[in-house]
Amino acid sequence: MSALTFLIVAVIKIAVTLGVLLTVVAYTVWLERKVVGRMQNRWGPSRVGPFGLLQPLADGIKFLLKEDLTPPYVEKNIYLLAPGLALIMALTSIAMVPIGPIIHLFGISTPVQITGVVDASGQASDINVGILIVLGITSLGVYGIALAGWSSNSKYSLLGSLRASAQMVSYEVSLGLSLVGVLLMSSTLSLSGIVHAQLGTWFGFIPQWYIFRGQFVAFFVYMMAAFAETNRIPFDLPEAETELVAGYHTEYSAMKFAMFFMAEYANMVTVACIASVMFLGGWSGPPLLFLPAAVQAFLPLIWFSSKIFFFLFLYIWIRGTLPRFRYDQLMAFGWKFLFPLALANVVVTAFFVAIRA
Amino acid sequence: MHLFLFLLFGSFCVGGAVNLLIQRKTINSALSLIVVMGSLALIYLLLGAEFVAVVQVIIYAGAIMVLYIFVIMLLNAGEEEPSKGSNVAKIFGIPGLFTGGIIGIWVLLQHRPAEKLIPIGALYGPADKVGMMLFTKYLLAFEVTSILVLIAIMGAVVLARRSNS
Repeated sequence: MSALTFLIVAVIKIAVTLGVLLTVVAYTVWLERKVVGRMQNRWGPSRVGPFGLLQPLADGIKFLLKEDLTPPYVEKNIYLLAPGLALIMALTSIAMVPIGPIIHLFGISTPVQITGVVDASGQASDINVGILIVLGITSLGVYGIALAGWSSNSKYSLLGSLRASAQMVSYEVSLGLSLVGVLLMSSTLSLSGIVHAQLGTWFGFIPQWYIFRGQFVAFFVYMMAAFAETNRIPFDLPEAETELVAGYHTEYSAMKFAMFFMAEYANMVTVACIASVMFLGGWSGPPLLFLPAAVQAFLPLIWFSSKIFFFLFLYIWIRGTLPRFRYDQLMAFGWKFLFPLALANVVVTAFFVAIRA
Repeated sequence: MHLFLFLLFGSFCVGGAVNLLIQRKTINSALSLIVVMGSLALIYLLLGAEFVAVVQVIIYAGAIMVLYIFVIMLLNAGEEEPSKGSNVAKIFGIPGLFTGGIIGIWVLLQHRPAEKLIPIGALYGPADKVGMMLFTKYLLAFEVTSILVLIAIMGAVVLARRSNS
């Protein structure tokens, strides 16, 4: 592949992925309002378009046209930097995620993954520390929130961002450790390598995903930590509206607020992508041979998007179900329950991997 | 291309370090330090040491600097007060800087022919190689460091423990 073709393919992949990601983000908001509405026995958005489907568009226009207020008492440079930082960090990590296998189009073969290429032997390959890069970008995402709260120069914002950074730093440990079991079993850090390690099936229909190969405890720990990382209910202490107005983005309005909002939902999508790649086999799935060939070609994408949909629905479902933790409960849960559990999982997995080797 | 990128990230790194010193506000200095860490990670990446680069970002930029920012936010440290009346810096600092710089450059020039120049991209550092080195060749250093870290953790727990009074 020549340098120019590579560049064109890369730009197309980035544009398509970004477009799809932003659409998913917009419609996750719609889905959340709709599903939570049904759970609370009301309709949710229903006026703009059929089933309220144009609501995200209307919200976007509203965000753009609202007055963009910058309070006079803020630290201006950092105040303006923070939402951009949060959004950029949230959108970047999707580049590592393998969304599908190699596709052949117009005589060019490339995997459906922004950082993926086809190597000399015709196999898909990507950055061989992919999962660590995702964790690194996630850990940088804290800055957007921390700086937003500090620069707003308001008590509620500061408290919200202190809570958020303490929570994210604490749960990052369990999040990282819960992935170690999978890394031990697959013996690679590359995300597409991890997907390839889960391709087989038992009896022709039970897929060999890591969640079925003993990593269900890790999956549980990962999901809990991921809810805390994305500041979602029941861990949404940083923006607890009953005590902190809106937490770290209290002083933000219009598009700057929308950037935090989009960052939160983009983070949810990324976390769901990583969960499905690490534990549920990414784009792989049991073969459905009865389907026509035209549908078979799209099967990996269908598997991947249905897994993402499952996780996003789980987020919304839990939001509609559980109340919020108290802050000391949150910290105790993270350090005294999830962390030892993740550690125990690493030890047990390492033991079994060592026996098999 | 590599040289251009090296110069770019190198100048980010030096610029960040200089900015760290001249900024009056603590938070700006901390942010400049993050820029320094980030550009160092990019230089590691250029050398081919991808694992070290990512670990640099996760540990330094993602964990240690977050704690710095945390402390600055908690103490709400504002602008530094410039101290007046101390001429020690002017009298000893500037000549000291020159002498130190000249000695440093001299030492580097003296040793340069003896050392092997490392071309960019020459270090090949995937995670498994680094792990092998840590658990075979540098095992003693690794274990000693882990004991050191353990002592530090216990010290932190003792200091943070509530007194029973």
